[in-house]
Amino acid sequence: MADPLIKPMILNFGPQHPAAHGVLRLVLEMDGEIIQRADPHIGLLHRGTEKLIEYKTYLQAVPYFDRLDYVAPMNQEHAFALGVEKLLGLEVPPRGQYIRVLYCEIGRLLNHLLSITTFAIDVGAMTPLLWSFEEREKMMEFYERASGARMHAAYFRPGGVHLDLPAGLLEDIATFCRGFPQHIDDLETLLTENRIFRQRTVDIGVVNLDDAFDWGFSGPMLRASGAAWDLRKAQPYECYSELDFDIPVGKHGDCFDRYLVRIEEMRQSVRIMEQCIERMPEGPVASRDHKVTPPPRAEMKRSMEALIHHFKLYTEGYHVPAGETYAAVEAPKGEFAVYLVSDGTNMPYRCKIRAPGFAHLSAMDFMCRGHMLADSVAILGSMDIVFGEVDR
Amino acid sequence: MDQALRELGDYIDAGNAGAVLGIEVAYGELMVTAEASAVPKLLTFLRDDQNCQFKQLVDVTAVDYPDREARFTVVYNLLSLRHNQRVRVKTAVADGVPLASVVGVFSSANWLEREVWDLFGVAFSGHPDLRRILTDYGFEGHPLRKDFPLTGHVEVRYDEDQKRVVYEPVKLTQEFRNFDFMSPWEGMLQTPDDDQADPDAGADGAGEGGS
Repeated sequence: MADPLIKPMILNFGPQHPAAHGVLRLVLEMDGEIIQRADPHIGLLHRGTEKLIEYKTYLQAVPYFDRLDYVAPMNQEHAFALGVEKLLGLEVPPRGQYIRVLYCEIGRLLNHLLSITTFAIDVGAMTPLLWSFEEREKMMEFYERASGARMHAAYFRPGGVHLDLPAGLLEDIATFCRGFPQHIDDLETLLTENRIFRQRTVDIGVVNLDDAFDWGFSGPMLRASGAAWDLRKAQPYECYSELDFDIPVGKHGDCFDRYLVRIEEMRQSVRIMEQCIERMPEGPVASRDHKVTPPPRAEMKRSMEALIHHFKLYTEGYHVPAGETYAAVEAPKGEFAVYLVSDGTNMPYRCKIRAPGFAHLSAMDFMCRGHMLADSVAILGSMDIVFGEVDR
Repeated sequence: MDQALRELGDYIDAGNAGAVLGIEVAYGELMVTAEASAVPKLLTFLRDDQNCQFKQLVDVTAVDYPDREARFTVVYNLLSLRHNQRVRVKTAVADGVPLASVVGVFSSANWLEREVWDLFGVAFSGHPDLRRILTDYGFEGHPLRKDFPLTGHVEVRYDEDQKRVVYEPVKLTQEFRNFDFMSPWEGMLQTPDDDQADPDAGADGAGEGGS
């Protein structure tokens, strides 16, 4: 017999697999139990968001952003709202800014609770998920009380936020903030010192800083590798520059550090929320420029002009001056950005959505090589992938 | 802020003679228009030069302008953590003309270029693995081109007889309604910048009508 040709085994993982975090299809070339090459097939949740937005007015485009990263919907809307405001030259009044920051941090908690606990369930811990979903439910109630929807809020609109907060909501969020650190502590007792969790995550999927830059990492993935970089600090938007919070940074860039960074970020988010509630200014929540934001309903009953504004806004929409801009926010998963090209009409000419998860998942092959099969699940879990935003 | 960006732009221009076609600062963002063939060299310069250090390629995308001769504008967004700055490199490329890949410069370009290829049909020469990424297996066409219809060309359904998913041409029960808000019969043609220009246009039109 001539020398036998040894071919690697091809293993198909997903798209219907509970550890695939949605609809990832991962084609793995295995040498025994060692991964030689990982080829993620994405796009199974592609809905053509960018194409659809080109045929919608600026206001109609907002709800599409909820449906990208559906774990933290408002953070996505935020990037789009910032981009449109930049092109229009709009100022958001202080109360609108504080409400936005408050809800962005709620979004961060929502996201990190889901990402940490699904990560834990991937490596074998069931309980954190059950505990945290109860907390997530409370926060979704805050979403609902502000916007009317638990998830797909369409609350951050160019110019400000849609409606003012109902009476008593801030007090309830403050009560929640007082109790929430205890939940983080409870979560940590289950995971941080847990032997199984540590064995599955420490020194798994290590990414050094240069590689993290090279692969376009952002958010907790980049910070776990040791870069003290957060857009909320480095390029502050809204009122983040007035708030006091710290940026946690990891040392080793492994899965465990990513988990630790997210845990600490949750504590900092609670801090930011408390400051927002304490300093919440009075005043309008959206720009008074009624060429962009709708006039108050009471005014429409009396003023002909207000009625015309309302009619024009909800049929034709507003025209945005020609130009292009790149607006980025620090979404829970990393740098979420919108590259917006306007041609002066009422619909975006091009709206490119930069999703952090896309860059992270593209490094899957690089991170998995040489690891065991079971580690690929831990790496994927630590990346915090949501297919709504990866596939768009 | 703008001044610093302008200086950086001039510095990039000086360091890459011939590669840079134009520098523009708008909305506090620096835009560099580059020669298509010089993009990998320019990005290498931006990554490695001490005064630039744009170590992250955040995004690669394209914009389709069907009326232009070089139809696609490919846009690279870079970020420098050291100097806390962003730069946008733009280059124009005609339909069917491949652009040099920058995967050798930034690994993150791998999937981003695949996406541009998939959605716009801009090919990247030297790309290690230029497959479709977001669209279906066996998809035809490039959906983000302006001449690609919003509804697409095919739709899928599960066929009970053949016991599999079948592709069929799209059948719409109602035509897709795209309202033209730019028609002259609507009042809202003006943008703040046009306020000055419009009365002139109106006067010209009246003059021609009179003669």
